[in-house]
This record gives sequence, C-alpha cells and structure tokens, in this order.
Amino acid sequence: MTVTAAPLTTVFQSGLDAPICLTWELTYACNLSCVHCLSSSGRRDPAELTTDECKRVIDEFERMQVFYVNIGGGEPTVRPDFWELVDYATAHHVGVKFSTNGLRITPEVARRLAGSNYIDVQISLDGATAEVNDAVRGRGSFEMATRAMRNLADAGFAGFKISVVMTRHNVAQLDAFKAVADSFGAQLRITRLRPSGRGADVWDELHPTASQQRVLYDWLVAHGENVLTGDSFFHLAGYGQELPGLNMCGAGRVVCLIDPVGDVYACPFAIHEEFLAGNVRAPGGFAAVWRGSDLFAGLRRPQSGGACASCSAFEACQGGCMAAKFFTGLPLDGPDPECVRGFGEAALATADFARRPSGDHSHRGRPAAARGPVPVTIGPRPDHGTVVRDTVVRDVPDRACDQSPLAGFTP
Amino acid sequence: MSTSEFDLDAAWRLHPQVSIRPERFGALLYHFGTRRLSFLKNPALLAVVSGLATHPSARAACADAGIGAAELPAYTRALATLAESQMICGRTAS
Repeated sequence: MTVTAAPLTTVFQSGLDAPICLTWELTYACNLSCVHCLSSSGRRDPAELTTDECKRVIDEFERMQVFYVNIGGGEPTVRPDFWELVDYATAHHVGVKFSTNGLRITPEVARRLAGSNYIDVQISLDGATAEVNDAVRGRGSFEMATRAMRNLADAGFAGFKISVVMTRHNVAQLDAFKAVADSFGAQLRITRLRPSGRGADVWDELHPTASQQRVLYDWLVAHGENVLTGDSFFHLAGYGQELPGLNMCGAGRVVCLIDPVGDVYACPFAIHEEFLAGNVRAPGGFAAVWRGSDLFAGLRRPQSGGACASCSAFEACQGGCMAAKFFTGLPLDGPDPECVRGFGEAALATADFARRPSGDHSHRGRPAAARGPVPVTIGPRPDHGTVVRDTVVRDVPDRACDQSPLAGFTP
Repeated sequence: MSTSEFDLDAAWRLHPQVSIRPERFGALLYHFGTRRLSFLKNPALLAVVSGLATHPSARAACADAGIGAAELPAYTRALATLAESQMICGRTAS
C-alpha cells in the first residue's frame, strides 16, 4: 500500500524529536527500602530539583509536547510540593501517571484523583499475599498498598494500575495478582526484575528461574492482551511467539529517565554514569540533552547484534535488555543474562564482575525486609486497542507508555 | 466502525481531548480521556487530519491534502480507525 512508509520500529530506533513519554524520579526519598529498588532510594538527595526547577522542566515538556510523564521515585508523594507539581503539569497539558506504594492515598486524595482525566495512578505490589510482598517491600507495605487500592476503588477510580515486579517468589501468584486487580477494577501491570540499583544485590536469588520464565511466557501468551508489561519481557520472545508489544529497546530512542537531581539517563533501569546523557540544569535544558547528547545519538544508530547476531532468536529478542546485561557484567552486544536459549547463563559463568550503580541513596541500617516502613512526616477503561495491519494508523492503548512506551504496539 | 460505515461526506474534527505532535514519520496522537496513543504513519495523513476541522467533509480534507482516488480507500480506513478510537469525532458542518 502506498501510504505505508518504513516500519515504525525502524523510525523509532532512529529516535524522535521528543520522547513518547518519559520517567521522572522526583525524589530519592522513600518511606520503604525495597530490596530490589532500581534507584537505590531511601534518603533525599539535598541537591534535588527545586519546585521552580521542576516547573521549568514541565514547561519544556509542554513545549516539546511530551504527552505525559511517569512520575516515580523514591516515593514521589513525600515531596511536599508533589500535588503542586501534579497540578502544574496537568494545567500545562502534561498528563501524569505516578507510581506510589500507597502512603498518601487517603480516601480524600483518592476522590480527588478520581476526578481528573489527566492523572493515572500505579500502586506497587510485589506479592499477592503479605508474606511474599513484605519480604521484598518491607513489613506493613502490603497493608498500606491494599488500603490505597481500596480507597481508589471506593472513590470510583476505575482502571488504576497495580504494578508487580516478577520474582522467583511471585511467579506462582500470577493468577492471584490478576484476581486482586479484578477485585478493585484495576489493571494488572507486570514488569521484569532488573539487576539495577539495589536489585543488583538480590538479582541472583530473586530473578525467575528458567522454568519460571517459561511459565511467565505462557501466562502472558494467554493473558497478555489485558495485562500491561511496559514491554519488559521482549527477551522472552525467543521462545517463539512474540508477546504483545514492541520488540525493541526504547532507551534514548523513545524513552529516557530524569532523576531527582536532573540527570538524564537512557532508561529507568540504567542509572549509571555509563548511560548518563546530561543534566536538565545545563544550558538548553532537557531538550538539548534529548536532541544533542552523544550517548543518545549512539543509541539511535543501528546496533550490532554481536555474539547474538547468528542466533535464530535474535530477530525476536533483539539481544534483550541493555541494563540487565550491563549490571550483570555482560557485554552489551552479547546475550541477555536471562536469554531463553541459555546463552546468558553460560556467559554469566565467565563474566568478570557486576557493575555497581553510580549512586546509593539507601537508608543506612538494617535491610528492608527486617523492618517496617520508615515514618515520614513531610508535609475503566475500555481495552479495545485495534490493531490493523498495513494501515496508516496504529491504535495502541496507554500501555504504550508504561516504562518502555511501546507495549501494545504491533509493528 | 468498518470502512463502509465511515462517512466521508460528513464533517469531522480532532477530538478536543486529543493532542497531536508532528514527527518526521507523520505524527503521534494522544487522547487524554482514553489514555491511548496512536500513530499517523505519514505526513499526508497528518495533513488530512489537520484539515478536517476546516473542511466541510472528510472527502474535501483528503482532496485538499492531495489524496487521489486510488489512495482514498486506505485513507478512509485510517480515518475509520481514528473515529473508532475517538481520536476524531463528528462536528456540525459549518
């Protein structure tokens, strides 16, 4: 057909004028100390962006027409100016989806959230039972998340998200998670455990086993249309059938991360100087980083398949996740550590060392699972994405902008 | 909505809750109400969609964007998809 140009995946791999969406960690402060925290959060960084600096960043998003941002942390709602910034963003046509452990989602806040078209909420939950959840997220965190979900449901907030990081201990609970989501009128979102941040310390013991990866894959094939994934599991496409979503890494191409001090990284899972593109405080702001960074320019050039290029699964899995490879000490042009063909496992046996994250903001003291939350006193959607092949329009649900914004998109 | 149900002779417009962002390949559309993202895969379709509000019919917007008779069915399908996902909606002709 004459109107079909180059496949969008090819276009996206060469980058866009602005991210489709981006993740913005507003603070490293957190009331919890989850053992797998991607950003090693806990303590606030004294140099975090001020309210005014945040507003200038939002102004840039508006100019660049970033439709919405995924706000996280840390626990973003502990910033005293959190609601002010959310209001500022929505008033400037930048939608907000924020991730929270539920700390501040009181009945009153839930009612307010339910009233806005421009705000979406994602509750983090890593176990369908308190026992499994609290082992990772800390004592009392299951109860806190459940209370928040009940408040949102009672307020009539349909279709909020429940976000689960898949681990060795909760793969068996997939059906239970779905039931929890259904019971609150929420939508389930599952993502991959990355060896990033504190996740590097627990990845060996928490990442799903090879047989669990297969269970996860089969479950996604059966339920994928109604479950969001942030496109995290494209490394599993090597099993055969492609999962719903886009088989490409969006890092620096269609997504990126801004951290609490304004540093811009290629993706939320790659907080390391190796993937640092610039800072929004520098002249030219965020736009200059997005459009002018050498790192991003490199990511937008065609990538080599390296050791994986001759593998018959390469077309499907694209070599997997850059951050997962990096933080397990594997070369970026080699197999993913969780390669379904087992090449990652073999490579790990000879990997020299695992890289450490650049910054650690963890609470000092006992590990998370051993203690409860830290007291902090600072101040339905229809899912009928139509996929029409060979037409000029692609309609993708908002799962498109999960972490990697293209899940649900069929190239 | 199937193609046959899309009314090329009616007046259409971008949904008021939709933002449109031109890109090299065409454009991105985002609907703040349904939280859906769509792609316009080429600049000509962007021209059609952008012209909807100022033309008496979708057919006129297509003609003005240089869409020939041979291409019209493909663009009609595209517009039908956009209408089905509420990215565009009908308006009273003026």
